[in-house]
Amino acid sequence: MTVGQLVKSFTLWEFVKAHALTLKYFFKPKATINYPHERNPVSPRFRGEHALRRYPNGEERCIACKLCEAVCPAQAITIEAEPRDDGSRRTTRYDIDMTKCIYCGLCAEACPVDAIVEGPNYEFSTETREELIYDKAKLLDNGDRWESAIAANLAADAPYR
Amino acid sequence: MTDFFQSTVGMPYDWAWFTATIAGILLIALPLMLSVALIIYADRKIWAAMALRRGPNVVGPFGILQSFADGLKVFLQETIIPSAANRVLFLLAPIITFTVALIVWAVVPFQAGVVLANINVGLLYVLAASSLGVYGIILSGWASNSKYPFYSALRAAAQMVSYEVAIGFILISVVMWSGTFNLSGIVLAQQSVLGIHINAFGINPLLFPMAVMFFISSLAETQRAPFDLTEAESELVAGYQTEYSSMAFALFWLGEYANVILMCALNATLFWGGWLPPIDWAPLYAVPGIIWLFAKILFFFFLFSWVKATVPRYRYDQLMRLGWKIFLPVSLFWVFLVSGVLMWMRVGVSS
Repeated sequence: MTVGQLVKSFTLWEFVKAHALTLKYFFKPKATINYPHERNPVSPRFRGEHALRRYPNGEERCIACKLCEAVCPAQAITIEAEPRDDGSRRTTRYDIDMTKCIYCGLCAEACPVDAIVEGPNYEFSTETREELIYDKAKLLDNGDRWESAIAANLAADAPYR
Repeated sequence: MTDFFQSTVGMPYDWAWFTATIAGILLIALPLMLSVALIIYADRKIWAAMALRRGPNVVGPFGILQSFADGLKVFLQETIIPSAANRVLFLLAPIITFTVALIVWAVVPFQAGVVLANINVGLLYVLAASSLGVYGIILSGWASNSKYPFYSALRAAAQMVSYEVAIGFILISVVMWSGTFNLSGIVLAQQSVLGIHINAFGINPLLFPMAVMFFISSLAETQRAPFDLTEAESELVAGYQTEYSSMAFALFWLGEYANVILMCALNATLFWGGWLPPIDWAPLYAVPGIIWLFAKILFFFFLFSWVKATVPRYRYDQLMRLGWKIFLPVSLFWVFLVSGVLMWMRVGVSS
């Protein structure tokens, strides 16, 4: 041990330096977001809660092509379909098991009519597991509720797709 | 206070003395518990601020009621006693920790003459009582009948014994300089140290290293970072308090922080002038001494938190090396140095 090291260790030099640093940080503005009151900005590409969208005239977009069901890596989507009375092909069942879903966004990418999308909502925790198994009614309801935000996000992201 | 109960209330002397003592104990213990709650809040806030976080800020204005909410939560929980635990010792341990943390306050002077027990061996009492604190930890670790608490208790025992040795020598050098074991006497001896108008042993170049070492040893003694090996959460879950829940756990917490405040008070009293204002200047004496003492305690508590927020934990062999190979020889040497200087200063002066 050199004399310099000895002096350094007995004057607690490294400790003094470290404490000067933490004192500097003590007075810095805080990095924490006050979550329920403040939020981080959310990207238009954010992949949150799923929604089934409708056309402006109220007709549901989904044509039951089952591409999303096929592409889903977690096999979270279950679709059953048959022709409707007017002859168009629609789903009779569209379930997403949100506990299986890995929020990869492949379903939204696969959809030819932009029917299934992942919206900007990330606050959909529930108290039971059953509530996380979404059926068609729930997904359409999500679509109706978040349509304006989803449409704005899709429009904002369109130039890059 | 005995006079007040005797003459104003009209009690016989023995009853007046008894009532006055009980009142004095409550007057110290109850505000102490309140201040422990606030100091835990302050600790979390300071620690958070240095980590660029906000800390508790939801319960009450600025989150100041957080500790009380935590206390309420803990109070409503169930005290779980492991089936293999020794029930009596298991429940006795937190009580010992908490009691020992409180009894030392009996000799801490808050102002000239304001002290519960103005005994002449106050410093010995402090040493003896704070050594008892290790019993609470050892008993809790052993009575839990679980391996991590047991490891933690072993570590705590070794650690507290090692640093108490150094603390003993540090205190001896203070005692030699002030010439008394009485804490009030030690504070009064710090008035205008070395003829400079500053009231603190700490500015004496001979005692300043002791002040720093006492501060570090008091960190070790209260098991605060970087000496928090007893509850090293990455190795020992939560250390000796792993098996505790509810009020038993809360008692450990209260005791731990009461000990921290006590060590801050001892730092202030032994080296930095206790209830005296920092500068020996008449107008400053207009401020009550207790305010100065509280200000100094708060300052040292900030240092405690600051250290906790800054340094990582020592490895166990490093902790032992620091205690036995550095602090013990240095403090022992310093006792010789201080006594030698005192002898030299008194050459030709009749004792």
